[in-house]
Amino acid sequence: MSTITTSPVDNGVNVDALLDARAALAEHPEMAQFEWRSSVTWVNGTHSRADITGFYGFTEEQEHHTTFTFDADHPLQFAAQDNGPAPVEYVLAGLGACLTAGVAAVAQQRQIQLRSVKATVTADMDLHGILGADPEVRNGFSGVSVDYQIDADATPEEIRAIVAQSQKRSAVFDVVTNPTDVTVTVS
Amino acid sequence: MPTVTAVVVGAGHCGLAMSRHLAARSIDHVVLERGEVANSWRTQRWDSLRLLTPNWMTRLPGWAYRGEDRDGFQSAAEVAALVTAYAEASAAPVVTGTTVTSVRPGGPGFEVDTTQGRWHARAVVLAAGTTRAAVPVLARHLPDGIVSVPATGYRNPEQLPEGGVLVVGASASGLQIAEELQLSGRPVTLATGEHVRVPRRYRDRDILWWLDELGVLDERWDEMDDLVRARHLPSLQLVGRTSTLDLNALQASGVRLVGRFAALRDHTAQFSGSLPNVCALADLKMGRLLDAVDDHAGGRGERPEPTRVGRAPLAIDLRSGEIRSVVWATGVAPDLSWLDVPVLDHRGRLRHDGGVTRWPGLYVLGLPLLRRRRSTYIDGARADADELATHLLDRFLARRLPVRREAS
Repeated sequence: MSTITTSPVDNGVNVDALLDARAALAEHPEMAQFEWRSSVTWVNGTHSRADITGFYGFTEEQEHHTTFTFDADHPLQFAAQDNGPAPVEYVLAGLGACLTAGVAAVAQQRQIQLRSVKATVTADMDLHGILGADPEVRNGFSGVSVDYQIDADATPEEIRAIVAQSQKRSAVFDVVTNPTDVTVTVS
Repeated sequence: MPTVTAVVVGAGHCGLAMSRHLAARSIDHVVLERGEVANSWRTQRWDSLRLLTPNWMTRLPGWAYRGEDRDGFQSAAEVAALVTAYAEASAAPVVTGTTVTSVRPGGPGFEVDTTQGRWHARAVVLAAGTTRAAVPVLARHLPDGIVSVPATGYRNPEQLPEGGVLVVGASASGLQIAEELQLSGRPVTLATGEHVRVPRRYRDRDILWWLDELGVLDERWDEMDDLVRARHLPSLQLVGRTSTLDLNALQASGVRLVGRFAALRDHTAQFSGSLPNVCALADLKMGRLLDAVDDHAGGRGERPEPTRVGRAPLAIDLRSGEIRSVVWATGVAPDLSWLDVPVLDHRGRLRHDGGVTRWPGLYVLGLPLLRRRRSTYIDGARADADELATHLLDRFLARRLPVRREAS
């Protein structure tokens, strides 16, 4: 006789805590109202620095454990200094990170062990838009694609279902695929 | 002021099923109906609509289909006639032409105000159906000149102007209306959010036969992993005929797909870029259902083609003349504007546990997945009404009445 032992699935996501939070929100919907923040300071040229420290949620002010700082710039090919990724590249990083966090969470909830997950995020853009050279061309992406390579204890169908569910529950996927009101003021 | 033990609001199939079960328990009651019996079947259905469920599934307490066409689908008029005949055969105490204007705590339990006076009741069963079109707020901001109709107000293509139609919503109603309008010569754009795709038939059986066979229709509300999600699942993409109506069939007939209708900006309709994913989700979910059928039956059936998704426009200028009318097939909800009992959540939705509200003596019937997946269909009323009538008698009346129930 042999004994089959299976180790518990652990993708490092505390799904129980997330489910507890959802249950708590049913009784206290005001806890669900969040505000995310970033403060961006111009450095020089197209170089800016974004600081991310706090946010509001669960009915009170919250802090990250440290201030995160990100440099954004444009590549040398744009006659810039390339002190950091281009802002559009942060969008791709945000989309990929959000979807990948979702993949881990969904896999955890479905009791599927992940071994490796890699998203390749690409976006097409026609520069005629941002250069003001063709009013028919939009400034933003003409399309975004995300390709996943996932190694997991699951069938290809199960993996496709995890990736689809992650898109369904992703904040950044929603931000990118749906219109959002943006108000810019000068104080 | 008339007093009864129970008031049932609504003489549709659910209210009449409840009446039958109350009568069987000798609970005196009245069924208040704003219009005629089966009112919404007469007034809120389009001309060509047929039931999504086959005739063999059209069952009510003490009544089952006995005709020749067990696999056929009844028209709305036939359903209205059937429900009316059922009310007569049951000798249900229906009071028609009586609109309930308020239900609130008072008197022996509840005061029920109607256009024909006030009733007192110890228990109230809400069986008024889902009669309110859940149309999104952005419908109010359509440019002038665009005709806007909810699916509950849609009758036939002639009601709409010639020219393009934007049908919003890709569940059973949206797909059927889109097909009919496209065939009438009005080019249809179908705004498609999350949907549930199923083939009408699989392996020579109706899909609902398989759902019944697999026990899916009997999955209970109190055993669901995620009841909120299950209750908000859009209706199955079905039409009351033996052929499948899906997004591929619609596209083959010329319908153009776009993503979910996300926003309206300066007269421009904006559509979500999530169309490929909602189609992928639906295809994967259908695949899992058909896998379950195959696991049950052995072997493997012929699978529908994956949904074809081309490059969909993300915006349409509604002043360009391309779209002349909009049909909102965005779902229906109960109209509880007259309910003055504190049982609603912060979004105005009725809170209940399998039809039992927190307010003693107040029950609800006829909501999706009320007590089982079957609750969504006419066929669900039998068991739901039976169980709620039992609760009403044993867990409500018997505990409050100082009366002994005699064993027979």
